[in-house]
Amino acid sequence: MKVVFFGKLREQVGTSVIDVIETPENIEGLLKVLKSKGDNWRQAFDDNDVLIAVNQTLCDSSQMLSFNDEVAFFPPVTGG
Amino acid sequence: MSNAIGSSPQIRVSVQFEDFNLGDEYQEIKNRDQGQGAVVTFSGLVRDNNLGKNVKGLFLEHYPAMTQKCLIDICEQACKRWELAAVSVIHRVGELSLNEQIVFVGVSAKHRKSAFEGCEFIMDYLKTQAPFWKKERFADGEAWVDAKQSDQHAANKW
Repeated sequence: MKVVFFGKLREQVGTSVIDVIETPENIEGLLKVLKSKGDNWRQAFDDNDVLIAVNQTLCDSSQMLSFNDEVAFFPPVTGG
Repeated sequence: MSNAIGSSPQIRVSVQFEDFNLGDEYQEIKNRDQGQGAVVTFSGLVRDNNLGKNVKGLFLEHYPAMTQKCLIDICEQACKRWELAAVSVIHRVGELSLNEQIVFVGVSAKHRKSAFEGCEFIMDYLKTQAPFWKKERFADGEAWVDAKQSDQHAANKW
């Protein structure tokens, strides 16, 4: 499963994309996997507001996942 | 407008590095669906100051796979709420200097109220939903821009 990161969150975790081999059941499960990757990962998700999109549509952390989903994590948007 | 796509001739959306010409965009909206009574346009620029710091420019990041889809969805919502004849949204990405154009929203409609409201709705939703992130450049460094509660309140009022 492809997981992508943007903005400040991308800089904090130090990468724009990772491949998660074993697909967690939902976003909550994926967050546990990501936070276990290191202190910078845990802080990035614990210290900031994070928005979630699955297959380019905003959703919440109860969203169920399947292996070919693209999951994105990013800070609240600031365009315009 | 380069790279313009939309779900219908009524809606045109472009995410691009290049600048845009306000006059050309106005003419395009005016001519796309003729016989309308009103065109409203908005353009957003790189401001010189944010939270007391002098801004020299900014970097605009986006989520390419999601951005156009999201902008089209916002325009479609506007077209459901108001009778809009033509809608254009242009958003630039990459490095932008002070006073450069960032965003353009233009709409045409039979009457001005729909055109004003449709344009404002699109900007308010764009500010809170479209996946863009600004990083401001200062003389002594750079910082990601934090989302503003006032932008969320503006979007919630619709």
